[in-house]
Amino acid sequence: MPEQSYEPEGAIAGTGMGGAMDLGVSEAATLERTPGGPGGTGPAGRPRSLWSDAWRDLRRNPVFLISGLVIAFLVLISLWPSAIASGSPLKCDLAKAQDGAGPGAPFGYDGQGCNVYTRTVYGARTSVTVGVLATLGVAVAGSVLGALAGYFGGVWDSVLSRVTDIFFAIPVVLGGLVLLSVVTSKTVWPVIGFMVLLGWPQISRIARGSVITAKQNDYVQAARALGASDSRILLRHIAPNAVAPVIVVATIALGTYIALEATLSYLGVGLKPPSVSWGIDISSASPYIRNAPHALLWPSGALAVTVLAFIMLGDAVRDALDPKLR
Amino acid sequence: MGRYVARRLLQMVPVFIGSTLLIFLMVNVMGDPIAGLCGERACDPATAAQLKREFGLDKPLWQQYATYMGNVFTGDFGTAFNGQKVTELMGAAFPVTVRLTIVAILFEIVVGVSLGVLTGMRRGRPVDTGVLLATLVVISVPTFVTGLLLQLLLGIKWQWISPSVRYGSYDELIVPGLVLASVSLAYVTRLTRTAIAENRRSDYVRTAIAKGLPRRRVVVRHLLRNSLIPVVTFIGADIGALMGGAIATERIFNIHGVGFQLYQGILRQNTQTVVGFVTVLVLVFLVANLLVDLLYAVLDPRIRYA
Amino acid sequence: MRGGTRVRWAGCAVAAGLMATACGGGAGFGGPGVMTSSWSDPQNPLEPSNTNEVQGGKVLDMVFRGLKRYDPRTGKAQNMLAERIDTTDSRHFTVTVRNGWRFSNGEPVTARSFVDAWNYGASLRNNQKNAYFFGYIEGYGQVHPDSGAQTADTLSGLRVTGPRTFTVTLSQKFSSFPDTLGYVAYAPLPRTFFTDHAAWLSRPVGNGPYQIESYTKGSAMNLKRWDAYPGPDPARNVGVTLLVYTDSNTAYTDVLAGNLDLVDDVPASQLKNVETDLNGRYINTPAGILQTLAFPYYDPKWNTSGARKVRTGLSMAINRRQITETIFRGTRTPATDWTSPVLGTAGGYRPGLCGHACDYDPAQARRLIEEGGGIPGGRLTITYNADTGSHRQWVDAVCNSINNALGDDRACVGNPVGTFADFRNQITQHKMTGPFRAGWQMDYPLIQNFLQPLYYTGASSNDGKWSDKRFDRLVDRANAETAQPTAVRLFQQAEKVVRDNMAAIPLWYQNGSAGYTARLSHVALNPFSVPVYNEIKVG
Repeated sequence: MPEQSYEPEGAIAGTGMGGAMDLGVSEAATLERTPGGPGGTGPAGRPRSLWSDAWRDLRRNPVFLISGLVIAFLVLISLWPSAIASGSPLKCDLAKAQDGAGPGAPFGYDGQGCNVYTRTVYGARTSVTVGVLATLGVAVAGSVLGALAGYFGGVWDSVLSRVTDIFFAIPVVLGGLVLLSVVTSKTVWPVIGFMVLLGWPQISRIARGSVITAKQNDYVQAARALGASDSRILLRHIAPNAVAPVIVVATIALGTYIALEATLSYLGVGLKPPSVSWGIDISSASPYIRNAPHALLWPSGALAVTVLAFIMLGDAVRDALDPKLR
Repeated sequence: MGRYVARRLLQMVPVFIGSTLLIFLMVNVMGDPIAGLCGERACDPATAAQLKREFGLDKPLWQQYATYMGNVFTGDFGTAFNGQKVTELMGAAFPVTVRLTIVAILFEIVVGVSLGVLTGMRRGRPVDTGVLLATLVVISVPTFVTGLLLQLLLGIKWQWISPSVRYGSYDELIVPGLVLASVSLAYVTRLTRTAIAENRRSDYVRTAIAKGLPRRRVVVRHLLRNSLIPVVTFIGADIGALMGGAIATERIFNIHGVGFQLYQGILRQNTQTVVGFVTVLVLVFLVANLLVDLLYAVLDPRIRYA
Repeated sequence: MRGGTRVRWAGCAVAAGLMATACGGGAGFGGPGVMTSSWSDPQNPLEPSNTNEVQGGKVLDMVFRGLKRYDPRTGKAQNMLAERIDTTDSRHFTVTVRNGWRFSNGEPVTARSFVDAWNYGASLRNNQKNAYFFGYIEGYGQVHPDSGAQTADTLSGLRVTGPRTFTVTLSQKFSSFPDTLGYVAYAPLPRTFFTDHAAWLSRPVGNGPYQIESYTKGSAMNLKRWDAYPGPDPARNVGVTLLVYTDSNTAYTDVLAGNLDLVDDVPASQLKNVETDLNGRYINTPAGILQTLAFPYYDPKWNTSGARKVRTGLSMAINRRQITETIFRGTRTPATDWTSPVLGTAGGYRPGLCGHACDYDPAQARRLIEEGGGIPGGRLTITYNADTGSHRQWVDAVCNSINNALGDDRACVGNPVGTFADFRNQITQHKMTGPFRAGWQMDYPLIQNFLQPLYYTGASSNDGKWSDKRFDRLVDRANAETAQPTAVRLFQQAEKVVRDNMAAIPLWYQNGSAGYTARLSHVALNPFSVPVYNEIKVG
């Protein structure tokens, strides 16, 4: 095997946004800033860090800007759905069931005669909240635990990995029926909590594998020889090099969590009516794909656009973190 | 190495006990399963009490668990509510599910990794964008719909396949395997793509190219090998999920496999079935994870296990 | 339309390489003259007194014949094995079994075959889920006490008086008792059932037109015509292969592809295109199933005179016609009484008995609910189980209908419960706070079966604990009445008590539906929505 001998800039860079060590936080940070446009970089003159470099890169990346705009739009309609949709998503007239587009209903009507456009707009709040928060929770919990297991190895690894195994063994259906059926809260929080509880092992495994590989790099050995602390090595040297697979898995998982919410609803343990979400609309339209594909198309399309935005965002963040691409 | 494997095998014991206990408790928390057996009317109390006695549901929970585990170690996994032995049920369900999982994993490895290499080498080109769009479709359209449409098109309209699985042989399982693998395919493709794109600019790849090695050899021997760890991790963790969670695929294509039986068992609160199936799945998880960890050392010789 | 034969060849070409069975002469899976039909695994062991759902009932209907049989078309109880059932007082019955009947293993069917079977079914020891069917027979309390150990093994009310005669003594008058004897729980059983139970269970032996050739749990059952069948209704095909399907939609797709001959449950999502898909080979016939919304009368809020008005108002807020047409595509019919059309008017079905209370009238619905003090608790939740059937759809539609009538988007919501067992537990533990789904599939086509088990004080399926002395008295009088028409009239009077209180909101009568390939003819469903297999012709 060829030897690896370069020292990435990040590895020896100075101070900076010290806290943002993993996908979760950096994504949240970018999310916060996007609506207001670019801003918030470290003032000139301070030593450049990997993270501030990354941020500078991001601001100039069109992919990042476009995905940021889409996400900002999603956040806006989640907060104020009534701005672009009139009427109530719960107002359904069976006489119009499965009808095509009509005045006031550009996307047509679903099997219950509800306005697909209105429901798609109103569904954004639940679906985006569930998708983003569950993904963040899973990414944070999974990558922290996975990184610890991968970095320290030994007993840490054994205990954490075997706990992961046990969590993997719980079937989603069983977990949902047991854990969620006792909850009486009508909010999205139990559903999000459930997804984090059952979702973290996946990210944890991925993060552990990446950390085990990154740990072998020469610059890590060098940093250790120089007496760097474990936390410094993990955050500064390993995290930027191990975060890519976590980003990839998390951005795709975001879409699957939005769909999982519907599965839970269909088991009778997820969000109860009258909540509105893309997932619920997608599953109720699915059997009728032959007769009324439009009722499936629009919520699915909205889900696809959301996932696309986050995949692009993830890609941009990953590129910005990779010194080799500079 | 040998000691490492031995230690890992030993660790399976607590995990095995822990997860069976957990599942046992969870099924019990769901409440009294007898009420579901009498149709749309209340079971008469005498029969219900008698059934509870017969299934051992009147005993304290720890005693039920102890009896169950005792039986499991003698190879007796109990009996389902319809009088069928759980071992018999497993004997029917696991072989077809294993075949289905193999087909799905092969798709993930062959198609997923190839597409990942292709898109990773050609980032931003039309082929990359095309695969990205396909990924989006796969994620946002439920497996249920993909399966249904493929069944209608290939099975009825073009008559390339039989719309349902009857014997569970490999050729019948190609389309179901593809449907089952579709979401995981998205993960594998993008994981490979990202790793390839990242490692393409590594020094060792430049060195290899500078040494004048053929491009193909560089990609496969150097680039791919070093990019596979996240992919292998994902697939290893996915095996168990594919085996136990293929509920939609198995339903659509009429596969009486593990996912379907487990789902039925859970809905009917059939403790014996559920714990039995999950027990076997846990073993699959443990072995798969061990193999993945051993593969790390193969893919990256710097990683050593003591 | 696509040709069935060609498709089958395609399917067989794939299968041929792996298994040398089937696919001979274009006859499909089961061989020439054998039809295939969709099935799902019975939930209980296949004992007659232990089978309480359609899938197990399907098999038993082919393998067994009882004292009576319900005419597949009219639903009328007719003598089958019974030569005579005599009574003078509606309490003591003498049954004479016809000569010449045998089980398919050659054993003759005698009075003892019945008495032993019934004693087995009633005995607490055997855990039979249909045991309560023997509850009218004297001595049931000793054989099947509500609590404690049983003090007798056999029903004192059953006595064998000759090789082909036995007497039945009931603990109370029940004039229509003979007509209940067509139910599968009353089937006769051969000696092997008792002497080698395990072997019998793996391959049940009966006295019907078919015998079970092989049974692989979880995948298929092969039934063959029993050529020596002595009854008047022998099988008109060579055999039936029941194939277990994971989903009715898959079975339907297989019928389209010609891989399966008959699907007896057409999924709701295909109903819109079923006529064109199958070129008219689709049947949709009434079955003895009524869907209602039941109420928790143990909750004082629902047990007031105001709540009665609210219930009537809710009934009038449901647009039954629109829901049955749009959601169910005509496989349900709006209910206008609390029985079923399969009873026929002579049997007690009375269309329109519900009157205006079952018509859609949003204005009056609003008024009645207001007069009754509004919906108890402010919001209506309709509880149902999410795991079986597609209840979510119609519950959502009912709620939307009520919401539209009341002009409030959130007046009514569905409340799904994860599993059927949990749903039943919540009902039996009296945890309901609002209406809940109640479906009633008749055991036998008698008006008594639609009323007494559901509304009589303390009855086995009176889930809402409704109680009305006038109703109870009328039912008692009807059961004691020997003349059939008078009994029916008394039951209808009792039904009016149910109506006046709107004890349960009747929603719709359910139909059975089936689709089949061009290979089959004479396909029909009986009033229990089970295909009449013995009459189907193949080829």
